[in-house]
Amino acid sequence: MRPARAARAAGYVLAACLIVGLVFSAFGVPRAAAQSEQPSPTPVISDDQVNAIARDMYCPICDNIPLDVCPTAACAEWREQIRTKLAEGWDRKQIEEFFALRFSDRVLSLPPARGLNLLLYIGPALILLAGIAAVYFTVKKLLKKPSAGGQTAEPAREDEYIRRVEEELRRREREK
Amino acid sequence: MIANIGYGGLLVAFAVALYGIAAAIYGAVKKNERVAESARLAMQLTFPLVSVAVVALLVLLVSGRYEYAYVYNVTSSAMPLYLKITALWGGQDGSLLFWSWLLSAFTTAVTLRKWDRDREFLPWVVVVALVTLVFFLTLSLFVDNPFERFFISADGGEVLAMFQPAGTFAVLPPDGRGLNPLLRHPGMIIHPPMLYLGFVSFVIPFAFAIAALVTGRSDDRWIRITRRWSLTAWLFLSLGLLLGSRWAYDVLGWGGYWGWDPVELAAFMPWLSGTAFLHSVMIQEKRGLFKRWNMILIILTYLLVIFGTFLTRSGVVNSVHSFARSALGPLFFAFIALSALTAFALLVWRWEKLHAEGNMTSLLSRESFFLFNNLLFMGLLVICFSGVVYPIVAELVTGNKVTVGPRYYELATPPLFLGLLLLMGIAPLSAWGRSTVKTLGKAIWKPLAASLLVLAGVILLGVRSVMALTGLWLAAAVGFITLYDYGRAVLARARRSGESLPLAFWRLAGRNRRRYGGYIIHLGVVIMAIGIIGIESFQVETQRAISRGETLSLGAYSVRFDDVKSFDTNDNRNVVRAEMTVIKNGREVGQIYPRRDFFYDSQQPMTIPGMYSTLEEDVYVILADWQPLTADRATFKFYLNPLINWLWTGGLVFILGMLVAAWPAQEDEPAGEVKP
Amino acid sequence: MSLNPSTPASAEPTPPRAAPLPWWAVALAFLLLVGFLTILGLALRNPAVEVGDHVPPFILESYNGEQVNTADFQGKVMLINFWASWCDPCAQEAAELEAAWKALQPGGKVVFLGVAYLDTDREALNYLKQYGITYPNGPDNQTRISNIFRIRGVPETYLVDAQGRLAAVKIGPFASVDEIFQMIQPHLP
Repeated sequence: MRPARAARAAGYVLAACLIVGLVFSAFGVPRAAAQSEQPSPTPVISDDQVNAIARDMYCPICDNIPLDVCPTAACAEWREQIRTKLAEGWDRKQIEEFFALRFSDRVLSLPPARGLNLLLYIGPALILLAGIAAVYFTVKKLLKKPSAGGQTAEPAREDEYIRRVEEELRRREREK
Repeated sequence: MIANIGYGGLLVAFAVALYGIAAAIYGAVKKNERVAESARLAMQLTFPLVSVAVVALLVLLVSGRYEYAYVYNVTSSAMPLYLKITALWGGQDGSLLFWSWLLSAFTTAVTLRKWDRDREFLPWVVVVALVTLVFFLTLSLFVDNPFERFFISADGGEVLAMFQPAGTFAVLPPDGRGLNPLLRHPGMIIHPPMLYLGFVSFVIPFAFAIAALVTGRSDDRWIRITRRWSLTAWLFLSLGLLLGSRWAYDVLGWGGYWGWDPVELAAFMPWLSGTAFLHSVMIQEKRGLFKRWNMILIILTYLLVIFGTFLTRSGVVNSVHSFARSALGPLFFAFIALSALTAFALLVWRWEKLHAEGNMTSLLSRESFFLFNNLLFMGLLVICFSGVVYPIVAELVTGNKVTVGPRYYELATPPLFLGLLLLMGIAPLSAWGRSTVKTLGKAIWKPLAASLLVLAGVILLGVRSVMALTGLWLAAAVGFITLYDYGRAVLARARRSGESLPLAFWRLAGRNRRRYGGYIIHLGVVIMAIGIIGIESFQVETQRAISRGETLSLGAYSVRFDDVKSFDTNDNRNVVRAEMTVIKNGREVGQIYPRRDFFYDSQQPMTIPGMYSTLEEDVYVILADWQPLTADRATFKFYLNPLINWLWTGGLVFILGMLVAAWPAQEDEPAGEVKP
Repeated sequence: MSLNPSTPASAEPTPPRAAPLPWWAVALAFLLLVGFLTILGLALRNPAVEVGDHVPPFILESYNGEQVNTADFQGKVMLINFWASWCDPCAQEAAELEAAWKALQPGGKVVFLGVAYLDTDREALNYLKQYGITYPNGPDNQTRISNIFRIRGVPETYLVDAQGRLAAVKIGPFASVDEIFQMIQPHLP
């Protein structure tokens, strides 16, 4: 394989891996669904149903502690509100939107992909692509570069080491 | 009096450091050996001087001098002695002083090495190290002075000052407020010093890198000198991160070990760039490639260290353990800007000189795998950095805060982590320069086939998540490949030298610590990865209010609520402690005690989970709610955390590997030193 | 296994000269660095309204459904109280605030506004009913109002003078009705 083509192929493969990976990560990781085995007697909406939504929300009073485990009174009220809304038949999306509209986007664990927030989603991807491009061009240049004096004549120490190990193994296998 | 001595020590250290900077620059520019030597001695003096301040503060802390604001804020008479001592880094003022102290210890240690053949580096190393030290001393001296006392002015206002201002009188509070209860956990007591040690030791490779840039030496001398420093820094940073997660798991009571919190990321980001650096310096050492990139990486790591300290100290981002907004922000900003611009200018100046001396011969080579490894680490860094900085940008532009929570990182990072896992399996087997598909394939195919069996087994167990399957399969493959390769090498060695297998096993690792330390580290990562995949993909939880005698079930386990008691302790806490029985498949297997502590002196609650831990999973129960009026009923949150203990076990293996890699060995250091 | 001293890193005296760094790359990297530093620097400014600063007008959507625009209160002194139903100290001052409002309302020179911080409607309305509060109260939608003042917690009270400038700030609850009067009196037009 010619170096330039090899480098290009590697670039494509890496890009493809990243894309496939991103797709997997978008659909693949299911948040383990909370399960409650015995339906609880009193409330129509169980704590688990509330927590399933609350775990992805943040109450500004407890910085960086998800709403489902934040112990403050304010958070308890918020969870009750989620329970009320669920009882009224709202779904997760509606409840998240309601809270975001009321208390600003900071209550959401993932900023909605709109407006300026797109920067958060596109920015790193672009930088990553730039990085891939940089690696690609570097590799291309380095592979093309005329060798600085008989490349294969300068095996690094560890290659020597691996070679010796391989040789040793081969001999061993022959003897067996 | 003691405080004045301590403050005096800091002032003198500050002056000595300033002298050292001036003398080093003068000595280097005028080629005056004696002046440069005096700069070295000045740097050596900083450690004893800052130690005076640290000892003074310790005396104040231990003897309970609550008229000093810092002592008042972090200790109380009910606290045991070891907590009073560790309160040294329990608050803002103290931890900054602690930072300076560690840095001065490290810089002093650097002055003690033999400088004979690297004389030209010396003055510039002194300049960089002392400028950093002067910055932190400035913070302690003029912004967050730990030796300030309380005074009351005539109009009843509270004044903080070193010396009694006119028209005020001193106050002596009878007792202090006590250390933040969240910080009383053993993990949290050791965690900050570990992180700081990691942070501080990265200053040394950075100082040598800058010295190499200024003096224009383009060889890898600076890397060889500082290799052990980089490894030490990395060891401590990793330890700090591990202890931090353990602390979060044990104390924060949200069922997790890592929250992608900005403060966690503040330590994680230098770790990422540092890890990339540790790998990529090897390319420069072996092949003379990527000199510029290594410079960029160490500069980046240093800046991230300062930025990380800044994030946790300035209150730019809010976080569980970040401190209030303060005057530190602008100073940190100025220092970051200054260092970044200086390093940038130096790098541009020396850019041409740092050209590659070798070339790449093949894509199937160690150097190219390391390059991809660096790409992935940088990708992770970019994601983390964006997540930390974006809320600041959003607030500036729209006026509204946003939260970038775990969901963002869980969406963006898994492919990169899996990519790293994959590289970890292949890269150590590849050769510098060029590998052939044949040799690689030969080293891989057997373990790869074995890992497919594992994959099949996991599928049979009922796992269907693509991500979890990919991760577990890769982890198995990498683990097998690493073990297989080591096994082959042991056999070869035994064959060649006639040693017995166990002896060969032991001697092989001893002969090439860097390589096989790396293997152990990689195995540790594999074990940790299994734990992380376990808890991230298969954690389940349930929450319900139950009465005494009732049970809460999840999977094969249930927990029975036996009793709950509320009582006061003699160290000023109110404890609400539930007693529960853990039942697995109908058999009682253990007792757990989830509890809530309320600290009267700091008015803070703390939720401590009850845990029943096995290799397969942890039963993790939180007392979510309890009303004294209805003592018979309490709300519990019950998590089942699969494989979490693999994470901690893997962490131990990881640290073991680092010790093997960093341990002074006879054969590699002299070889490094002999180089012209 | 000693290290071969002639690794390529220092072996030969480098035949091919590296291409110089293109100026645009330097400029781009420099711009990125300065851009980031600018963002960081701007973020460090404290944009909170300080005493003496002009308070930008805002709209409070009251629980009664009115749109209360503070721009309409030019020439009047405005007291803005941040509270929440989950906040115990807020309850301590609720009756005092209402008493002060009852006393000052007839004069027509003072406006009271209550802003419920991060509160849910049901609890907030219960609270207002429980303490019989009659001045306009409303939720802090998207925390826009609290953002103007960068409040640290609740309760906090801000006094805006007749010229629309921030005149006084009270962190924590008022201890008495007199304390509220003392805060307002010096700024009455």
